[in-house]
Amino acid sequence: MSMTQQGGPAVTTPPAPGPKETDGRTARRPLALRLLARPEVGVFLGAVAVFVFFLIAAPAVRQGSSMATVLYQSSTIGIMALPVALLMIGGEFDLSSGVAVITSALTASMISYQLTMNVWVGVIVALFASLGVGAFNGWMVVRTGLPSFLVTLGTFLILQGVNLAVTKSITGNVATDDISNMEGFDQAKKLFASSFDVGGVEVKITVVWWLVFAALATWVLLRTKYGNWIFAVGGNKDSARAVGVPVSFTKITLFMTVGFGAWFLGMHQLFSFNTVQSGEGVGQELIYIAAAVIGGCLLTGGYGSAIGPVFGAFMFGMVNQGIVYAGWNPDWFKAFLGVMLLGAVLINLWVSRTATRR
Amino acid sequence: MTTNGTHGAVLKDATPGSGDRPIVELRNAGKSYGNIRALHGVDLTVHPNKVTCVLGDNGAGKSTLIKIISGLHQHTEGDFLVDGEPVRFGSPREALDKGIATVYQDLATVPLMPVWRNFFLGSEMTKGPWPVRRLDIDRMKKTADQELRNMGIVLDDLEQPIGTLSGGQRQCVAIARAVYFGARVLILDEPTAALGVKQSGVVLKYIAAARDRGLGVIFITHNPHHAYMVGDHFSVLRLGTLELSADRSEVGLEELTNHMAGGAELTALKHELSQVRGVDVDELPEEKDLTAPVAAHPEGTS
Repeated sequence: MSMTQQGGPAVTTPPAPGPKETDGRTARRPLALRLLARPEVGVFLGAVAVFVFFLIAAPAVRQGSSMATVLYQSSTIGIMALPVALLMIGGEFDLSSGVAVITSALTASMISYQLTMNVWVGVIVALFASLGVGAFNGWMVVRTGLPSFLVTLGTFLILQGVNLAVTKSITGNVATDDISNMEGFDQAKKLFASSFDVGGVEVKITVVWWLVFAALATWVLLRTKYGNWIFAVGGNKDSARAVGVPVSFTKITLFMTVGFGAWFLGMHQLFSFNTVQSGEGVGQELIYIAAAVIGGCLLTGGYGSAIGPVFGAFMFGMVNQGIVYAGWNPDWFKAFLGVMLLGAVLINLWVSRTATRR
Repeated sequence: MTTNGTHGAVLKDATPGSGDRPIVELRNAGKSYGNIRALHGVDLTVHPNKVTCVLGDNGAGKSTLIKIISGLHQHTEGDFLVDGEPVRFGSPREALDKGIATVYQDLATVPLMPVWRNFFLGSEMTKGPWPVRRLDIDRMKKTADQELRNMGIVLDDLEQPIGTLSGGQRQCVAIARAVYFGARVLILDEPTAALGVKQSGVVLKYIAAARDRGLGVIFITHNPHHAYMVGDHFSVLRLGTLELSADRSEVGLEELTNHMAGGAELTALKHELSQVRGVDVDELPEEKDLTAPVAAHPEGTS
């Protein structure tokens, strides 16, 4: 116990390796370092920095309505970044998540419109279609043992083609027909795309859903059996299997969770714009992955959090809108994002190396 | 060669339900990967309160053997019996349910996860009804700490990633975990291979502790000295077959070492080395010094 009580001097001098090896005692690392070792701390500081920067550089951001817009933008990225982050902690990628959103929206829209049914029928069918795409991705990855990068790249291309071809052959157009006057539309819009008033500022309901999902994901990840399995299958699949973790079940359900996220965001887009452009969604999957990585999730799996990607998505939304409010040329947006991504990854790397060194 | 297929059956008839009945038994078992025969004609019995050592050089089939018993692979020939019933495991989970736990050399733990999460991985304690069923973290931490202390492992911080522990400590955590989860058979895959002398001693101590708790232990190693310290029965594998199967009373350490190294091969190697300048073969043992009953190689003495 003597090693543990000398916490003070251990701040500057690393613990002596000799006695530590034999009896398993480690000097307790200082609180600041232990905090830095949490996956979401680096991105939290980054988000604060970006927020403060735009507060100063773009006075328009200080208004409540601008903040609501930033949060809305963040929520549409964040709702998908959450399941993508869980999947990443579980050791896999999903490149099809961007177009899967559009696939879901197209399915709901066309089922309802072409069969002239209550929109809820389309919504439910779209849910099963999205979960099905996720299950297919997961099953292919688990069954073949191929890298999920390849499998979901295939799904990405398939969905992209199917989206365009099926929409054109059914509606004769690249977009679906307007469903805003169909039965059940207002009800569904209330759930997926309404907004409410907070002190005179109109806040979109997706912001609430985003935070609810984030809380749920955090709870599942840290407080349930399933969360334990996610870390295990991403950290060391073979160990996990050897101690009795259902690896295939965990991976397939993670892919299906991404499907659920794609469905939810797809429904939001459908009920806020009334029609769906079939060619959209390409490239979004990388934004989700980037938000998860900026949020401190390890690209190779086994490490990360659900709170980190919330801040990651907020950084994206903040930069996206901040550039506009600052009056800069928005053409630079992607370049700015790239710099931010590299910076965040470097900081994460540095932080985790400093904090976990012993 | 003293234990064979009939061993368990005879005992079972003579003393039904006695503690001496083998828990796990392999009869003439084998495994082929495609047209490669990794293992064939292997007999092995595991009794409670006994340590069965499986020795062999790299590629002798040790890993294949334990993968069959632990449920990662399935045997393609012969019989595999647990408690006298033929079994065929589809997954490690099924083996665990029968009380067969394996501590792997390389894949024992998930390095980035905290010690207590690793301890309960795959068998987590939960509380609450289904929609809000959650991990019972306090109880898990307390139990893990208690169990580790019972095995003589004291850790300050169960939240530290298990990857920061030393190799020996990780092995001990894995052994403590298997013992806690009611394993009747503990398979240890080269637990001392990557360890220093002192840490190997610690692991051997836990093997003895597990045996004294009434477990049947399968100790896989290529170090005959380690095996002889704790073993009750020794099986030496060579090129996928059983070269020796003997109780402790029938075999000495020297003979075991000789079998393990392959006495005839050593003699041939010595001959080859003598052709290389700079190797002093006079210092190496003569073939007659090696007491094993292996056929002499004519090339060795020419």
